[in-house]
Amino acid sequence: MQNLARQVLKQDIRAIARSISLIENETDITQKEALIDTLHPHCGNAIVWGITGPPGAGKSCLLDRFIEHLRQDNKTVAVIAVDPSSPFSGGALLGDRLRMQKHATDDGVFIRSMASRGHLGGVAGATADAIKIFDAAGFDYVIIETIGVGQTEIEVMELSDIVLLVLVPGLGDEIQALKAGVMEIGDIFIINKKDLDGADRLKSEVEYVLSLKDSIESDSKHPICMTSATQNDGIGNALSQINSYFAGLRDDGRLAQKRKERIEKELKHIATTKIMASANRFLNIDQRLNGWVEEVFQKKVSPYKLLNKKIGDFLQEINWQ
Amino acid sequence: MMKKIRILIAKPGLDGHDRGAKYVARALKDAGYEVIYTGIRQTPDAIVKTAIQEDVDFIGLSLLSGAHNELFPKVVELLKSKNADDIIVFGGGVIPESDIPGLKENGIRAVFTPGTPIKDIIAYIESAK
Ligand SMILES: Nc1nc2c(ncn2[C@@H]2O[C@H](COP(=O)(O)OP(=O)(O)OP(=O)(O)O)[C@@H](O)[C@H]2O)c(=O)[nH]1
Ligand SMILES: [Mg+2]
Repeated sequence: MQNLARQVLKQDIRAIARSISLIENETDITQKEALIDTLHPHCGNAIVWGITGPPGAGKSCLLDRFIEHLRQDNKTVAVIAVDPSSPFSGGALLGDRLRMQKHATDDGVFIRSMASRGHLGGVAGATADAIKIFDAAGFDYVIIETIGVGQTEIEVMELSDIVLLVLVPGLGDEIQALKAGVMEIGDIFIINKKDLDGADRLKSEVEYVLSLKDSIESDSKHPICMTSATQNDGIGNALSQINSYFAGLRDDGRLAQKRKERIEKELKHIATTKIMASANRFLNIDQRLNGWVEEVFQKKVSPYKLLNKKIGDFLQEINWQ
Repeated sequence: MMKKIRILIAKPGLDGHDRGAKYVARALKDAGYEVIYTGIRQTPDAIVKTAIQEDVDFIGLSLLSGAHNELFPKVVELLKSKNADDIIVFGGGVIPESDIPGLKENGIRAVFTPGTPIKDIIAYIESAK
C-alpha cells in the first residue's frame, strides 16, 4: 500500500495535512490518484455537513460552538474552510479558523483552510478529495464552510450530506438572498444573531418561502433554527434538529440516494476533466490548432466539417473505442 | 498548477494589538501567498499544531509584548519535537537589535523590526522558499 495512504489511515496528522496539499497543488496527479483510490474503500463513514451563508453571518462562530458540543460527545471533527483566492494576485487571506482557534490544541479537531485557486477541476474537485482524506482517517464529522454566493460555492455544498444555510437579520436584502437560488440548496435553515433586531421577522419570511418550497417537494420538511453563536444560545437545539434530520435521511434511503448522485457527478466530472486534458494535448501537438485556425481563416475549410473529421482522428489517437 | 506558498501569521504572547500582523497578512496575500491568520494570544503549542494542520511553509510570528526571547524559540523547539522543523520561522515586532543574534541562534531565520518595508519580507520569503 502507498506509504502516505497508510499514514493517513493511522490518523497521522502530518500525513493528512500533506495529503491535502498534494491534492491542492496538483503537482503529482499520479500520486494523488493513487492516494484517493487507496483510501476509497475506507470512506463513507463520516457525516458530511456543508455550512454556507452570506459573509459575516457567523458561520465560523457557529462551527466553533458545534465543535464544542460534538467534542463533548467524543466525536472527532474535521473542518475544511474554503475562501476565495484573489483573482489579481492569486493569494488568499484565510481567516475562518480565527473563530475556532480554541480547538487548535485538541487532537480530535482538524481545521484546514483552503483557497479556491484556479483548480483544474474547480475547488469542488479538490474539496471532494479532501473530504475523502478526512473520512478515511476516521473523522466522525467533516464540515465544509463556504461563503454562499456563486456557482462554485453551490458545487462545493453539493458535496455534503446536509447543507446548513446561515442567514442573519439586518442585511437589508435578506429576501434577495433567499431568491438567489441559495435557498434551493439548504436543508436546515439557521437564523443566527437572534440577539439582534429583526431575527423574528426574518424567521417569518424564511417560513413563508419554505412553505412554498415544501409544498412542491413533499418528501422533506426543512427545520428552521434560531441561534446566537456569540451568546451560545440555541446551539444544542440546532444540533439536535440537524442530527434528527440526518437520521431521517439515513433511515429512509435518501442519504444513499444523495451519495449516489454525488458519485455520479464525481464520475462525470473526472471524465470530462480527463477528456478535456487529452483534447487539449491533442490540439496542441505540433501546433495543430494553429494550422487549423489558418485554414479556417482562409476559408479553405469550414469549422464543423474540419472538426467532425478531426475528432474521429482524435478518438482513434487516444484509443477511445 | 504550481505549488502555492502558504504562510501562517500568528501572534503569541499577551499583547492585543494585531494591526501590524494583519497588515503583513494582507500585504502577503496581495503578493500572491496563501496566508492563514489566527488572531491574538496564541500559545506556541496552538501555533505549531495550526502550522502542521495547515501544512504551511513559513510561520511569521509577531510580538509587541517583549516575550519574544522565550516564545519564539519555544515555537522552533516544538516544531523540532514534531519533526516539522522544515517549516521556516521568522519574526517581527518590537524587538531590540541586541536580541536578534540570540533569536537567530535559536532558529528564528529572520527578524523584521518595525518599519521594514513589505518588499523586504517578500524578498526574504522568495529567497528562502
Ligand atoms: N451579535 C451577534 N454577532 C455574531 C453572532 N455570531 C457571530 N457574530 C459576529 O459576526 C462576525 C462574523 O462572524 P464569523 O463567524 O466570522 O462569520 P462568517 O460567516 O464565518 O464570516 P465569513 O467566513 O467571513 O463569511 C463576528 O464579529 C462575530 O462576533 C451572533 O450570534 N450574534
Ligand atoms: Mg467564516
